[in-house]
Amino acid sequence: MTDQSINDTVPGGAVRLSGISKTYGSYQAVQPLELTVPQGSFFALLGASGCGKTTTLRMIAGLEEPTTGTVHLGDQDVTGLPPYKRPVNTVFQSYALFPHLDIQENVAFGLRRRGIKSVKKQVGEMLELVQLTEHAQKKPHQLSGGQQQRVAVARALINHPKVLLLDEPLGALDLKLRRQMQLELKRIQTEVGITFVHVTHDQEEAMTMADQVAVMNAGAVEQLGAPTELYENPGTTFVANFLGTSNLIEAEITGSSGDDLVLKAGDGKLALPTTRCRAATATGGKLLLGIRPEKITLTHADDAGTVPDGRNRITGRITATSFIGVSTQYVIDSPVADGLEVYAQNIERDTRLAPGAEVVLHWNPAHGFGLDAAQDIDAGLTDGSDGADEGAA
Amino acid sequence: MRWLRRNLVVIAGVLTLAFLILPNIVVLIFSFNRPKGRFNYAWQEFSTDAWKDPCGVADLCGSLSLSLQIAIWSTIGATVLGTMIAFALARYRFRARGAVSSLIFLPMAMPEVVMAASLLTLFLNMGAQLGFWTILIAHIMFCLSFVVTAVKARVLSMDPRLEEAAKDLYASPLQTFLRVTLPIAAPGIAAGALLAFALSFDDFIITNFNAGSTVTFPMYVWGSAQRGTPVQINVIGTAMFAVAVICVLAGMLIGNRRRKQAL
Repeated sequence: MTDQSINDTVPGGAVRLSGISKTYGSYQAVQPLELTVPQGSFFALLGASGCGKTTTLRMIAGLEEPTTGTVHLGDQDVTGLPPYKRPVNTVFQSYALFPHLDIQENVAFGLRRRGIKSVKKQVGEMLELVQLTEHAQKKPHQLSGGQQQRVAVARALINHPKVLLLDEPLGALDLKLRRQMQLELKRIQTEVGITFVHVTHDQEEAMTMADQVAVMNAGAVEQLGAPTELYENPGTTFVANFLGTSNLIEAEITGSSGDDLVLKAGDGKLALPTTRCRAATATGGKLLLGIRPEKITLTHADDAGTVPDGRNRITGRITATSFIGVSTQYVIDSPVADGLEVYAQNIERDTRLAPGAEVVLHWNPAHGFGLDAAQDIDAGLTDGSDGADEGAA
Repeated sequence: MRWLRRNLVVIAGVLTLAFLILPNIVVLIFSFNRPKGRFNYAWQEFSTDAWKDPCGVADLCGSLSLSLQIAIWSTIGATVLGTMIAFALARYRFRARGAVSSLIFLPMAMPEVVMAASLLTLFLNMGAQLGFWTILIAHIMFCLSFVVTAVKARVLSMDPRLEEAAKDLYASPLQTFLRVTLPIAAPGIAAGALLAFALSFDDFIITNFNAGSTVTFPMYVWGSAQRGTPVQINVIGTAMFAVAVICVLAGMLIGNRRRKQAL
């Protein structure tokens, strides 16, 4: 098999999954799902351990056979092809570098298997790209975690795959290195223009790196979109809670005025633009009003008169504060809901805002979002960034 | 007193080493003996006669060559079969896998005489001609379990992702096995093979039962010990010891050089 036969039959690097699912015995790891990854994009599959994201990735790689459905790369159906005949390469979570080969032979592995004789130049260029030239003769175990990770990327990229699959490649690195590698991977992706599909449980990582994020939960895609779209306008409580933090307030629809819905929560009246509501908007219905902690402004109750008109406002009492440098986080109990979170930038700190203080919380109604009240309000709250390994099965 | 306390571990180590090596030293020294009479048990005077003529005793080198042949063939046989069994046990789920896994250990646990006697019974009942082939079959049989144990441990500790990575990097199943699986399992296979060679080469009990009129080196030594021990036996023993030591040293040297190069 030559380089040509692998790459020329596939015109596009787009990945299309249709009706793809995976069942292990009676356990459904991946529900039938439709997913299209546009060519040349950086696509993230985000979800907690065991949500089926790694299984989905492995089905694209061919390491796992789908129970139903098809995988297309460009317009080629690769569902029945073994992994070594697919023009995709994977960066594994554990890197899976070959311990018996030195770094340059690890990187050359894919080229050699395709019968390419003169690999020296390409390997040299690749090692330069990941800044490991001086380590070419070393064995994998002599490198640090970050270096091994870059070898794994180089070993995959040298084959110019149509799609590069990354299975939690940064999971084993410490925080600082992880941030650095995120930028590095993003740079490489922009440079080579290959479609990247990145599996991660770290929402921040997904948001920093990806153009498109698919949030997965219990084997299904909860929501798909650009990071800002997912963050500003989450479609389900799971997405609202899993991606960043959300305050969710149970409210009742009492009517509408203009483009806004009028809501009643506790004794307060709140407004929400109809366009930002994903629940049924009939009067008398219930919904969950969501608002991100940084969108809320805190004003001490003594200054309640200074709050501009047209903003949603509720009252509350501060129960806890924590100072984290750039911002301060407040926890506030309100008649409307307990444990509301507010993040305030430390620009002009009001020293009266201490635990026990009575405050007014107010925000622009257009920053709120409405969700169906029939969902579990706490979905997605379990911390997904605890670094738990996601097994294949 | 304090010196003693501080160096206790070293002293214990040296004493243990001496305990292990002393017999070999005695063998070495007595290979330069010129014994009076037929038994090489008392030091007389220094001589290199035996070293100059190691095959000087009737049948000695014949039995040595036979033992080496059997050892080589049974090592090859046991290593190939044992490696395949180890992979099957470590990788695949099949019926009676547990039973096979424990049965493999049986030859290691069973008293050798019992096994030797039952093998002889089996061969006689089958009407097999005792000799080279029966010895070889017996040796492969008891070496197998050691090879399986050594290789299985290695295969089980291997990251299955490595093979997936190879497949992902365009290696066909055969290439994956030859380029990744086999090299990584190689230390286990080599350990198994060395063990098999050593076990086969100096096995006496099972061989003695199943050899018929064929005489292997251990049988020769045993036989001659009844009538008198030629110095040549010490020469062969010392040479074997030297070869083993040289192999180990060479291995260590190569390993060291590789490590230095890599740094």
